Amino acid sequence: MEEIITLDYGSGGQKTSELIEAMLLPALDNPALQQLSDGAVLAGPVHGGVSETDGSAGPNGSSPIVFSTDSFVVSPWRFPGGDIGKLCVCGTVNDLSMMGAVPKYLSLSLILEEGFYIRDLKEIIASVAREANAAGVHIVTGDTKVVEHGKGDGIYINTSGIGFLKNPMPGKAGITEGDAVIVSGSIGCHGACVMMARTGIINGDALFSDCQPLTAHALAAAASGRVRIMRDPTRGGLATTLNEFTEGTGLCIEVDEDTIPIDPAVAAACDLLGFDPLYCACEGRMLAVTAPEDAEAIVSALRRLPGSKNASVIGTVTRRRPGHVLLKTTLGGHRLLGKLSGQQLPRIC
Amino acid sequence: MCLAIPMKLKKIEGSKAIGEAGGLTKEIRVDFIDTPAPGDYVMVHAGFAIQKMTEAEALENIALMEEIEHAL
Amino acid sequence: MLYESAFQKPRQAKALLKKLEALSLATGPIRLMEICGTHTMAIAQTGIKSLLPKNIELLSGPGCPVCVTPANVIDEVLRLSSDPHRIIASYGDLLRVPGSHRQDTLWHRKAMGAHILSVYSPMDALEAAKAHPEKEVLFLGVGFETTAPGTAACILEAARQGIRNFFVLSLLKQTPPALRALIEAPDFKVSGFLCPGHVAAVTGSRAFKFLPEDYALPAVISGFEAGDLLASVFKLTQMIADRQPALYNEYIRLVKDEGNPAAQAMIRQVFGPGDSVWRGLGSVAKSGLRIRSAYADFDGARRFGFAPKETEAIPGCRCAEIIRGVLSPWQCPLFKTTCTPKDPVGPCMVSSEGACAAAYKYSE
Repeated sequence: MEEIITLDYGSGGQKTSELIEAMLLPALDNPALQQLSDGAVLAGPVHGGVSETDGSAGPNGSSPIVFSTDSFVVSPWRFPGGDIGKLCVCGTVNDLSMMGAVPKYLSLSLILEEGFYIRDLKEIIASVAREANAAGVHIVTGDTKVVEHGKGDGIYINTSGIGFLKNPMPGKAGITEGDAVIVSGSIGCHGACVMMARTGIINGDALFSDCQPLTAHALAAAASGRVRIMRDPTRGGLATTLNEFTEGTGLCIEVDEDTIPIDPAVAAACDLLGFDPLYCACEGRMLAVTAPEDAEAIVSALRRLPGSKNASVIGTVTRRRPGHVLLKTTLGGHRLLGKLSGQQLPRIC
Repeated sequence: MCLAIPMKLKKIEGSKAIGEAGGLTKEIRVDFIDTPAPGDYVMVHAGFAIQKMTEAEALENIALMEEIEHAL
Repeated sequence: MLYESAFQKPRQAKALLKKLEALSLATGPIRLMEICGTHTMAIAQTGIKSLLPKNIELLSGPGCPVCVTPANVIDEVLRLSSDPHRIIASYGDLLRVPGSHRQDTLWHRKAMGAHILSVYSPMDALEAAKAHPEKEVLFLGVGFETTAPGTAACILEAARQGIRNFFVLSLLKQTPPALRALIEAPDFKVSGFLCPGHVAAVTGSRAFKFLPEDYALPAVISGFEAGDLLASVFKLTQMIADRQPALYNEYIRLVKDEGNPAAQAMIRQVFGPGDSVWRGLGSVAKSGLRIRSAYADFDGARRFGFAPKETEAIPGCRCAEIIRGVLSPWQCPLFKTTCTPKDPVGPCMVSSEGACAAAYKYSE
């Protein structure tokens, strides 16, 4: 590791992994953390107090708890298609959903900078309420801190969430040669849109965030019972998440470039700034690895859900390059898709 | 060394112009483009249009590529 | 959009590759060099290397402005970034390039509190100067002929608006003199050149005529889509097979014989030729662009002093040979061991379009 923290350590790519593996894991080691999943499945069943009526509970009226946390520092806090309020609910709801859980309860911690407008905070909280309602979760606890002017970026939010496990999945260990890889919709919209809002280099209403809750998508996909793993490709984008599926395994994911759905506005924004859409964050998309015979049914189920009309099978699990992700290009060639190495920056070359 | 993308000119004001690509717009400069006009296509590098592009030339280029493909 | 998809998805790719296979049996092993970072990236992204016959090797030459900028120049830039009254504005790529000390980059200096601004266009730097009249804004003007006219226009605009706190450090370079130096080096072994399409859009295709005329080397001015690259590689191979070196313009939808005269005039108005040091090539006469004295008020080198010191080479780093095409990234002892995109040692790994970064990321 380097001597100081740079933005790269928060990019969700290699540097983030390095920080987790070199510092956090050794110091804090335990079986739940070791999974390095979107959330932790806590040894259940948990008894008492929790009454479930929506099917998320296990046979004894109880089921394992899934726990997750996420912090939101997006700047600007309002962007086309959403704001930090919507994002902070979706982010944690999606992490829980990807674990096969039905999200239930969220905490909300606000870190506000002196001088932040009350009317803006009102707008954000209204967003939180609307999105929590839509996702079927309750904000049950929270905290508010204020830092001096200049010591924050207006607003930071942390949410933690609890859900109940409904569709347990084997995770990475369950991925099998021949499995299909599915993406639930066009990728990179959130990353490209926030970059547009932040830099002001480009404008236009063709680009908006894909931020949305994935509860229904996750339930639809996992219903087949043969989904091995699901994950939402947030920071680091599709390429980084696929690498998380294969790294340390004897398997390879081969992705077909022509089948990856990318909106023209995202492609144009990336072309303009020298970004690769395969590394741009999504906040309302998921990747799922499933038994191949279920793939088409899952895609059709996804396509009926919001934001998923472009859901597609994009790749297959093979043994061609164990531990890696290979992209078959439009031209028919192959190239290795690695993890994001550091934050993408606008470049001229 | 030089990333560039084609954009369509929407509006021109002196050396400034609005370019469009994929439904997105961007303020660009046309300082060294000869008589830029709305509707023109230009290649944009680092915020500057470096050259005009025409439909006729694009078609000619496609023909050229096909000629190479059918060579030998 | 203007038929670009026809070039992105060439319909006859398979047939052409087949013909290329046959043709390459006639030529024997050949080494084709591109000299443009965007070509390096495009070659990597299209996966074209995995499709080409094994007799055809594609090399990345001195075409990435970040890679050809020597470490001691970066050291000097880092020194200039330490003044709290100064904002350094730079294209994203240059931010991660280490000077002669590993992990000392503008990116790290920014993390420690230096005012480093990542810009997309020199105009963004000019806007920053207007927004911060109390600071000096120093724009790091790297690039080649494509980037030079915009940099010139920006200086002219600053002069027009009377902006007194905007400065440009010209690290701009010109392609033809560097190519001549590369070709005249004793270890030169390249069979033909893929010439940079966007440089040629400004200079005109004729700027590359010297390749066949003076050195009997075939050259193709190439676009950047899969179809362009394939057609250009084919044309180069064909010229080699026929032993008829010439200059061929594949990118006719953009590149004219005379280029863009207005852009050339703007370069000449603001810049004059100067010697410039290239990593891998050393000092090459008249290969740099210096701000003319008429625009001295905007010359960051004059204003702040700019005197790169002699520094020792990074032990083991073979970027210099890789840039000349003498070694491939795989032949560098640091490649993929101590030098990775996450923790780069040399510039060819830093720049996402550097030969090593591309080889690391996109190779199968």
